[in-house]
Formats: sequence, C-alpha cells, structure tokens
Amino acid sequence: MIRTTRRLLPRKITIIVERYVAKWKALVGLTRRLLLRLSAELKATLPKMLPQIIAILLAFLVGAVVLIITGYSPLDAYEALLSGAFGDIFGIGQTLTQATPIIFTALAFLFAYKCGLFNIGAEGQFLVGAFAAAVVGISFNELPVFVHVPMALAAGAVAGACWGFIPAVLKARLGAHEVITTMMLSYVALYVTGYMVNYPFKAPGWVAQTVLISNSAELPRILQPTQLSASIFVAVLLAGLTHYTLQKTTIGYEVRAIGLNPSAAESGGISIKKGIILALTISGAMAGLGGAGEILGVHRRFIEGFSPGYGWDGLAVALVGGLNPAGILLASVLFGALRSGGMAMTRTTHVPLDVAIILQALVVLFVAAPKLVKYLLKKGGLKWWNSST
Amino acid sequence: MTRKVKSPPPFFIRVNPAIEMRGITKKFPGVIANDKIDFAVKKGEIHGLLGENGAGKTVLMNILYGLYKADEGRILIDGKEAEIESPSAAIELGIGMVHQHFMVVPSLTVAENIVLGNAPTKNKVLLDMGKTLNSVKEFCDRYKLEVDLKAPIYSLPVGVQQRVEILKALYRGADILILDEPTSVLTPQEAEELFKAIRALKEQGKTVVFISHKLREVLAICDKVTVLRRGRVVGTVKAGETNTSELAKMMVGREVFFTFNKKQPEVKRIVLKVENLEALGDRGLLALRSVSFDVFAYEILGIAGVEGNGQTELVEALTGLRKVKAGDIQLDGIDVTQAPPSKRIQLGTSHVPEDRQKRGLIMDFSVMENLILGSHNRPPFATSLIRINIEEASNYARKLIEEFSIKTPDKDTPARHLSGGTQQRLVLAREFSRNPKLIVASQPTRGLDVGATEFVREKLVDMRNHGCAILLISADLDEIWALSDRIAVMYEGKIVAVKDPEKTSEAELGLLMAGAKLG
Repeated sequence: MIRTTRRLLPRKITIIVERYVAKWKALVGLTRRLLLRLSAELKATLPKMLPQIIAILLAFLVGAVVLIITGYSPLDAYEALLSGAFGDIFGIGQTLTQATPIIFTALAFLFAYKCGLFNIGAEGQFLVGAFAAAVVGISFNELPVFVHVPMALAAGAVAGACWGFIPAVLKARLGAHEVITTMMLSYVALYVTGYMVNYPFKAPGWVAQTVLISNSAELPRILQPTQLSASIFVAVLLAGLTHYTLQKTTIGYEVRAIGLNPSAAESGGISIKKGIILALTISGAMAGLGGAGEILGVHRRFIEGFSPGYGWDGLAVALVGGLNPAGILLASVLFGALRSGGMAMTRTTHVPLDVAIILQALVVLFVAAPKLVKYLLKKGGLKWWNSST
Repeated sequence: MTRKVKSPPPFFIRVNPAIEMRGITKKFPGVIANDKIDFAVKKGEIHGLLGENGAGKTVLMNILYGLYKADEGRILIDGKEAEIESPSAAIELGIGMVHQHFMVVPSLTVAENIVLGNAPTKNKVLLDMGKTLNSVKEFCDRYKLEVDLKAPIYSLPVGVQQRVEILKALYRGADILILDEPTSVLTPQEAEELFKAIRALKEQGKTVVFISHKLREVLAICDKVTVLRRGRVVGTVKAGETNTSELAKMMVGREVFFTFNKKQPEVKRIVLKVENLEALGDRGLLALRSVSFDVFAYEILGIAGVEGNGQTELVEALTGLRKVKAGDIQLDGIDVTQAPPSKRIQLGTSHVPEDRQKRGLIMDFSVMENLILGSHNRPPFATSLIRINIEEASNYARKLIEEFSIKTPDKDTPARHLSGGTQQRLVLAREFSRNPKLIVASQPTRGLDVGATEFVREKLVDMRNHGCAILLISADLDEIWALSDRIAVMYEGKIVAVKDPEKTSEAELGLLMAGAKLG
C-alpha cells in the first residue's frame, strides 16, 4: 500500500507519511516490549504464587461450607459474586476501582517489609494523604490541570511521608516498635481527619465531608459510568517504580540488605537508622499517594469514613501477593473483586456482604498457613513444589 | 610426670562408669564433628571436656543429651545400654544439661522456674505454692545452693540464673550434669561461686561434665580432662598430673606449619595506631582495658588469646561497629575513633568478620550483590544519583569470581547455596579487592577445610606483601604462629605482651594466654 502511495504522491507527503509510520512502528514496538516484559514478569511470578492460588481455592471451599450452614446456596452466591466482579464492563470497572487504593497500601507495606519493618499503619498514612490532597484540591481554583493534579498528589504523598517519618524516627532514635507506633498513629489520623471534616473543613449540610475539589484537581474517570479513575495508572506505575527501586538502586539495595541481615549490612557500611527512616518514610508516602488518588479520582471530596480499611487490606494483599510488586497487582484485583462482587452478590442473592469479608479473611488465613498448603500440595502429588523451595 | 590414657578399653574400668560413649561418630554436611569418639566418666567425677571451638565438644554432649542422634556408636549409662532419642529420655536417665543460653522464663520466680513442668499441685489443678517453696527450699539446702526463691528471674544476675538452671536440672533428678561452657557468661567472681557449687555437687555424689576451652578453669575444677581436637580424642589426663602448656599443646596440636615468603619493607610506616582504647562488652562490663598497639604496613600483627578476652570487642571497635568509651584509633594518621563503618571502609579498612554468615554475608543476596556490599554506594557501581550500574557490578563480580576461584554456578546464585569455604572466599574477594590499607581478619579460617584454609592464609600473606597492615585475630595458635610478624597476647581485655614469634616458645605463649605473669 505504502509503496504505491509513494509513487503517486509528491515527495514531501511521502516523507511525512514515512515519518508517521516510523513513529507509529516505534510506539507499537515499545508497547509490545513493555507488555512482553510485564507478561514475562507475571509468568515468572505465577508459578511462585501456586500456594496463594491453592489458598484462594481453599478459602472458597471453606466459604461454601459457611454458606451452606447459614442456609444459602454457595453456587448461586459464587456465581453472583463472579459475574458481579467480572461479568460486564461495569463490574470490571468497579473491581479495578476497589483494587486501586489497595495497590498503593500493599506496595507501602511491601517497601517497609523489605527493610524488615512492619508498617501496619498504612490506613493512617492513607487518610492523611487523602486529606492533604483534598485540602490542596479545594484551596486553588485557577490552576491548570497539569499543575493542580500533580500538586495535590504530591501533597498527599508528603503528608503520608510525614506520617511514616514519625514512627521511623521513634524507631531509629528510641527503639519504639513500629508495629505499635504506626498502628496508634493510624487512630490519630482517623480522629484528626474526622475532626477536620466535622469542624474546620465541613461543607454545608449534615454529612461530615469537605466541599468538592476544583475541577482542575480532578483525576479523570476512565471508564464511565464506573468510578474507575486514572489513579490506577499511577498505581501500576508505582508498582513498576517500586520494583525498580528495590532491585536497581542503592536505596533499594540498602533497604533489602537491612531487611535480610542488619548485622552484615552494618558491617558493609550501611547505616541502619538511616535505612529505617528512609524505608518507613517512603512507605508512608506510597500510602499517602494512594489516599490522594482516591480523593482526586473517586470521591472528589474528603468524606469521613470513606475508607473501608484499604490500609489494612494492603497488608493482607501484600502477603497474598507473595511480597512482590507483580503479585500485589494480581492480589489486589482479587481483593477488589471480592469487594465489588460481594456488593453485587448482596444485591442479587441477599447473601450478606459479610460472606465476602469472610472469604477475604479465609484467603489471608490460608496464605498465612503455608505449611497446610504445602501439605495439601504434597498429598496432591505435586512434590516438585516442595523440592523447589 | 604425666600419664596419658588413650581411649581406655572397656575392661580397664572395673566399676561401671556413669557415662560411657563408645565409637561415637557424627557427620554434618562437609564436616565430621565427632570421629569415633570414646569417652568415659566415672561416677562422682568432675570431668573436663576441653577443645577449641569446633572441636566437637558440644556436639558430643548434645548426643548424650538426646539433641542429636549419633550416626554410629553406643552409649552406656551406669553400664546399661541406653537409647537416648530426646532430651526427655536423657532426663529420664538422670542426665541434665545446662546450655550456654539459659532456658528460664524471666517473668517467673526462681521457685516457679525450678519446678516448671512438674510442679506440686492441689487437687491436680491448682499450683500448691506453699508446697513448692518448701520442697525447693529443702532441695537448695541439700546442695548448698543459695538463691532467693521468691525473686523473679529477670531481676537476678547471670550467675544466679545459671544456678537456677543447675537446680532445675537437679530437681528433675539429674545425677549426671553437663555444663556447656558455663563460665563464658560469668565474671571471675561468679565463676568462683560456680566452682564452689560444682564441688558441693561432687560431694553429693553427682557426676559433672564440664565443657570448656579455658585451660586454667579446667585445671582448677576438674579431676580428669579429655581433650578433643577436630572431632577426635587426643587423650585423657588427670588434672593433677598435667599443666596448662601441655593441655594447650594437646588442644591445638602440632599440625603442618605453613611457611610463607615474606618480603621485608624498607621503611616502617604506621597504618593503624590504637591508644588507650576502652570499650564495653555486650553485658555492659569493660571488655577492652586501655589497649594500645600499632600495626605497620607490610606487617601481620597476630592477636593470640583465649576467646572471650576482648578480641571480638576489639574488632568491632576497630571497624566502627562498637562504640568506643575512651581512647583513640588512627588510620593512616586520620582519627577514626568515632567514624561510622562506611567512613572507615572508604578510608581503607577491610573486615573479615568472625561470623561470616552473620556479619560477613547477606545469605539471601546473590554473589554479585554480596561482592559490591560496602562499595555499592560509590562509583563505579553507583554512577548517577541512586541507580546501581548493574552492568559494571556484573563485570566486577565475574572478574572476582575468576580471580578468587569462587565456586558458584553464576554471579546470581544466592550466597546461601555456597559451601562454607566458598562463602569465605566471597568475603575475602570483596574485602581484599577494595585496595585496603588495613585488614582486620577475625578467625579467618574457622570451620574451613585444609585447602580453603591454605588459600585464605596465602591471600593474607599476599596482601601483606603488597603493603597492607593486617590485624589477625585467631583462636588457632598455629595460624597466629605461621602468619604473624609480631604476636600480641590478649588477656581479660588487655594486651599483656607483644612478642616476636621467632624468639618465643609455644609454652610461653600458652601461659601468657592463660593469664600467667612471666618475668
């Protein structure tokens, strides 16, 4: 086709067309390479996630027993759940919407975990990040989108970072255990943001919420009529960035060294205190960014109690995802599906939403019991898995 | 006059010995921990089990206590064949063991700890505290071991906690008591108290096996001593008929002396200057007492000494891993007393740590990642702000794998999958390839086979001949002897003497290590 066009058209146009084709080809090539890379990453991850997959199946099995005992048909319930979560574009959109914030909090948990820290305060970092983004979103009116959105996102990340920095310093300087401090700070965040939207920042009306953010601060919705927003791109990007940071940078190297063997890291000239502070602060920033994305993309205002515990889910998703970024992407889709599908299930079959929560809990429970899963695998004749670990 | 009894044949002893172990062999991957060991202890005897770290003392006793199962060999308790499958079986047979790390519950009282597991009860449910206290009290009086029974364990000093451990074993009906390096955690005064208690036990007819690598102690408390070396029995001697230097000889052995070509430098230049260094040990006691010495370029300064006399603390103070309480450390004229490890690495300090798996390597890191540890944040590996130049690191890793013949499938294999000798090569490759000015090498050949040992020693001498100052800390006297240009002897946190190896006898050195004062 192009050859014939070239002969017919004047030279100038040919050059323009050729350039256009070359660019297009390059773009296609790049996308292809990226997709190949991602699929390779996922392919490498999948076999490692066999125990997780078994755990999910087990969870559904035990969940079925619970359903039978409570007098519901497990088949109907699961069908409703699945079709609700993946059955149509709307379902898929809702599933991904629910998955997005969990990706952030799970990555936050992962990053701190790689440094040997248990940041279980992602919920608090998520909330302060969300609130900071809302405030920046409300406060400016005349800014261009490409300034306002990054600014609000950055505000969220910075607020989350601060919320991670406090327990980090307490740990590094005073030895205060981060499990206690991050969890306690979560409650502080919950009530401080609660106070803020009930008093200084309360919008007129009876709901404890802020006014809507400016249009210029909104992250676009990408799959109308669902609430899925561009925040999911930020999430996927962050997953890639986390992988890169952990594997290819000095920060990641030091963080992992401390997490695996603090004594040897110290001998190798790595400052453990610095590493702890850095890891928890970055972890907080990740959760805060998630909160910001949620406000700018989904709610467009800070509403008291808008998070149904995304921070806590992050911990579970990080574990179910096998503590790596690619696995976290997959696991967060599962948890998103349980949330969105659970709601659909309640609507269509009157099975209470709690069943979805029970399923979530069971998945985590079975993932946390690797010995049981290993035993089942062995019984199932899959001895290779045992020998490969 | 000394008399050595080499592995006494069974008919030699008429009365059945309390413990008799025959032909015990225990292999671990790559190591023979116990090689056909014959070991017998008479009833009512305090029997020392002496040997260097890794000689197989603890393994042998863990077999007796049922923690390990021997690959070969038989155990007889009071002349009867015994199958000891577990510690509870050992306790059943009247064997008790006090480990180096105590197994007490810190929040419970002394009495509660002693009766833990078989406490007197009311109606089979409720603890009978009165009865407990009475029975334990009576018990303590019988063995003349005084403890405040109502005090919670965590409030007591280590020496007393140890006494509780001993009481616990006795309360469970132990007639044979194994003490694993009991003095390693004690102050000299506490150790004296312990010896009194052990003698009291002997009077009560108990049999005690005393594991130690401290010559003086063994001579002070034991009736007989069995010396192990590299998993074999060297001999059994009566304590009254031997002395420290003879025991040292048996313990260390006269192995092959490695000989090396050493170049002599034209000018002497001080690389490391340590002055009046003081530092606290882990337990908060002064572990280094006013230590002063210099190490020159083109020199290996060996530190000889029984382990636990401040060597570990000295190494940590020199590498920046332990805070210095007083004194100065100068590296090539620069004061580094308060400098963090990263600064010292940058200034040219290399460290071959005593425990390579804990301090030296990150076991789950790949060979490559381990090789750049310490230089990972500097060019050529960290080129831009934070990015690690993986290509540069890979080339570097490939080069070192070749140069130090590191036996690994590839540079991405985790260090965990390598053998002990290869892991040490990995540490050496990293530490020696940074152009160090000073190398602090702590027990560099511990646990290595002959080939790997030779490699490490050759490399050390090689580095010396290239102008490095080397501080060599080793429990292996042969090693110190073969490599050092000068030998400093450490005892109780002090450098008690600096000797020229050519003009010093092994016996003299042994005595200095044992704390003897020589004119």
